[in-house]
Amino acid sequence: MQAQARNTVYGGGFANPPVDSAHGFRAAMNAMARPGTIQRISGATPPDGISPAAGALLLTLCDPETGVYLTPDVDSDDLRGWLTFHTGAPVVAAEQADFALGSWAALMPLDRFRIGTPEYPDRSATLIVEMPELDAPNARLQGPGIKDSARLTLPDLEEFQHNAMLYPLGVDFFFTSGSQLAALPRSTKVTAGE
Amino acid sequence: MSDYNFAYLDEQTKRMIRRAILKGLAVPGYQVPFASREMPMPYGWGTGGVQVSAATLTPEDTLKVIDQGADDTTNAVSIRKFFERTAGVATTEETAKASVIQTRHRIPEAELSEDQILVYQVPIPEPLRFLEPRETETRKMHALQEYGLMHVKLYEDISQHGAIATAYAYPVKVEGRYVMDPSPIPKFDNPKMEMAAIQLFGAGREQRIYAVPPYTKVVSLDFEDYPFEASKADHPCDLCGAEDSYLDEVILDDAGNRMFVCSDTDYCRSRREAGHSGRLGEEAA
Amino acid sequence: MYVAVKGGEQAIDNAHAWLAEERRGDTSVAELSLAQIREQLALAVNRVMAEGSLYDPDLAALAIKQSRGDLIEAIFLIRAYRTTLPRFGYTQPVDTGAMACDRRISATFKDAPGGQVLGPTFDYTHRLLDFKLAADGEVPAAPEAEPRREPTPHITEFLQGEDIIEREPASDAEPGDLTREPMAFPAGRAVRLQSLTRGDEGFILGMAYSTQRGYARNHAFVGELRIGTVPVEMEIPELGFAIEIGEIELTECETVNQFKGSKTVPPQFTRGYGLVFGQSERKSIAMALVDRALRWEELGEDNVGAAAQDEEFVLSHADNIQATGFLEHIKLPHYVDFQSELELVRKLRREAAELAENLAAQEAAE
Repeated sequence: MQAQARNTVYGGGFANPPVDSAHGFRAAMNAMARPGTIQRISGATPPDGISPAAGALLLTLCDPETGVYLTPDVDSDDLRGWLTFHTGAPVVAAEQADFALGSWAALMPLDRFRIGTPEYPDRSATLIVEMPELDAPNARLQGPGIKDSARLTLPDLEEFQHNAMLYPLGVDFFFTSGSQLAALPRSTKVTAGE
Repeated sequence: MSDYNFAYLDEQTKRMIRRAILKGLAVPGYQVPFASREMPMPYGWGTGGVQVSAATLTPEDTLKVIDQGADDTTNAVSIRKFFERTAGVATTEETAKASVIQTRHRIPEAELSEDQILVYQVPIPEPLRFLEPRETETRKMHALQEYGLMHVKLYEDISQHGAIATAYAYPVKVEGRYVMDPSPIPKFDNPKMEMAAIQLFGAGREQRIYAVPPYTKVVSLDFEDYPFEASKADHPCDLCGAEDSYLDEVILDDAGNRMFVCSDTDYCRSRREAGHSGRLGEEAA
Repeated sequence: MYVAVKGGEQAIDNAHAWLAEERRGDTSVAELSLAQIREQLALAVNRVMAEGSLYDPDLAALAIKQSRGDLIEAIFLIRAYRTTLPRFGYTQPVDTGAMACDRRISATFKDAPGGQVLGPTFDYTHRLLDFKLAADGEVPAAPEAEPRREPTPHITEFLQGEDIIEREPASDAEPGDLTREPMAFPAGRAVRLQSLTRGDEGFILGMAYSTQRGYARNHAFVGELRIGTVPVEMEIPELGFAIEIGEIELTECETVNQFKGSKTVPPQFTRGYGLVFGQSERKSIAMALVDRALRWEELGEDNVGAAAQDEEFVLSHADNIQATGFLEHIKLPHYVDFQSELELVRKLRREAAELAENLAAQEAAE
C-alpha cells in the first residue's frame, strides 16, 4: 500500500519537463488567446480525482512561487503530495491563491478569490474548473481572441457575466476534462446560446 | 544543442514568464510586470522578446527573426543563432513558414495566420512615459483610464504642425480600454495589429510583458477631424515594384541619388521570385 | 548598381574573431592568468562580484579577462551566467558583528572595543606613481601580529545603549528579492538596499556626493567601516540545522546621521547602511549615504526634491547593466523609425512651405 501511495506521489510527472511544459504552455496559451477553442494537453498522470489535463496544467504553471487552492472535493493527501513533489507549490487558502482547482460547485463562491487591483489587475487568481465534459456548448462568447463569436461549454452564465463586468479586474478560467482544455479570460462577454 | 536548458532559460523562469503571458492575454494591452532575467545579450537588444520567445517555443516550432523587417540585419542574425543553438529549433526567413516570429520595429507585410505567434521586442512599454516619467503615476493613469494627457499631446502636435507628429510607436487603444505602445513600429504597421495571430510584447529592461489576442480591437488614437493615417514613402519598391509595402530609403551615391526598397526582405524576395520587378529590379537581380 | 546589405552572419563571425585577437593583444607578451587577475587586481574582482551579484573570485577574474578589463562588460558576463544557475535555497543572514576584521575604523570615536584597525588601505598613501612597480613588483612581507581575541562589536551598539540612535526593529519578514520579483514602488528598504549594493559604483557615488553637496544633505559620519570575512551558513532541510558552507569577504559601513527629530520622534541619531561584497569601501560608504537619503519619508523629513531622495529615480537608474544596454542599443539599426520620421519631417516642411507661399500670394493680392 505504502509503496503504491509513494508511486502515486512520485510518479506521473512530466517525462521531459522542458519539452512537456513547452507543449503544455502552448495549449494553455492558445486556449486563453482563443476563448472557445478546445486544446489538448497531456504528459501528466496525476493521482485519481483530477483530470490529466488539470494535472498537466498544474505542472506547466505552478512552482514554489505560486499558491494553489484545492477545493475539498479534489483535495487529498495524494494530490498534495504529488503537487509538492512535482512543483513545490504551497497549498494555500482560496483568498491567497494564484491558482485554484476544483469542480465548479466547489469553487463557489467566486468572490473569495483575488481579482487584482486597479493598478495591478494581474494580481488575481486563475481558476481551473474540472468539467464533466466540454462537448456540449451552451454559451456564446465574444471579445478579444474571438473572430465574430465562439461557443463553449460553461457550468454557469451569470457568474461569468459578473466577472466580465469587473474588467479589467476579475479572475480567469481554465476548463479541464480528460485531456481537453479550454479557457475563458475575464475579457470575454458571455451570453446564452448553443 | 548545448549544456544549457532547452531555450536557455531555466524552467522556473519560463513558468514565471508564461504566467505573465497568460495574464497579458486575459487583459489585452495591460503591462504585466515580470521578473526579467539578465540574458546573454544586452538590455535594449531584445532581451524581452528573447525571454518571451524562449518561454513560448516548442521543439517543433519554426522561428523567424527580423529586425527592421529584415532577416539578415546583425541583431536578427544574432538572436536567430541564439535560438538555433539553445533550442535547436528550425529557422526560416519565409514569413508563411514560421510558427513563431520575433520582430523588432516591423510587422511583416504578408498577412499572418491563426497558427502564428508574433513576438515584439519593446524598448519602452509605457506609452505615457514621455508625458510622465514616473511609473507610480502612469500606473494610476492606466487604472483610472486617465488618457487625457495623451490626447492633449497629440492635439498640440496638430495645432503646432497641422498633423500628429508621431511617426512610429504610435499609441493605440486596445479593446476600448488600455492605451498601449505598439513598440517602435512605423505607424504604417498599426492597422495590421488587428490580426489572426497572437501578438506578444516583451520589454526586458523595463520588466513588462503585454499581449494582444487574435482579432482584438486595436485602434490608433486620433481625432474626428484629424483621422489616423498610415503613411509610408510615396513610391513603389525599386526592386519588386510593390506599392503596398513599407519602404527603406537607401542613398546610392555621392550625388544623393536614392532608391526605395521594401523593408520586409522576405516580402520583396518572394515578389521578385514571382516575377515582379521595380525600377531597378532588373539591374539588381 | 545596388547590392542589398547582406552577409550579416559572416560579418558577425569576423568581428568576433577580431575581438578575440585584440583581447589577447601582442602574443609576444605573456598571457594573463586568472590567478594573476584574482590576486593582483582584487579590487576589480570585488567590484565585478558586487555588481554582478555573484560571489566567485575566479569567475569574476575570468569575466575581467574576457572583457578586456571593461568592468561593466565583466559584470554583465557574470549576471548573464548567474541567470542560468538554479536556486537551491537561501542562507541564514550573515552576522557582521562576528566578522574577522582586516580593517575596522570609526570616525565617531577615537577608540572603542575592538580598536581602530587600519588594515590594507590606500588612505594614507601618497598618490605618487611608484616606478619601482614597473620593473619589479616584489614587496617585503608586511609585519604581522597575533589577531585580536576579543570581539569587535558594532560602534552603533554603544550609541544604542544610550538610546541616542534609532533602534533597528528586528524583523523576521522575508525581504524582497529584485532578481525574482519585478520592481514595484514603493520598494521598501530591503529591496532598496539590494538595488544599491548591486548598483553601479559610479552612479551610487555620484548620488551620495550630491547629498553631501546639499541635495538632501544628511550630515553623515562614518560610525564604522569594517572589512573582513564572515561565515555563511545555510539550513539544510534534510539535516534540520544550519551548517557553514563557506565564508565571504564583506565591506560594511554604518553611518551615524544627525536628526533633529520629528513630530513623533525625539532628536536622535539615525543610520545609513551599506554592505557590499569584497573590499569595496567607496561603494559601501556611498551606499550608506544614499540609503539614508532615501529614508526621508519613514523618518518624517521633508522631501526637498533632491534626486537622492527619489526612490523611483535612484532604483530605476542604478543598474549599470540595464543602463549600458539601453544606452548602447541606439547604435542598432533604427532605419525603419528614422524613415518614418524622415517622411514626416518632409511632409511637415512641404505643408509649411505651401502655407508660406499661400500667405505670400495673399499678401501680394492685397
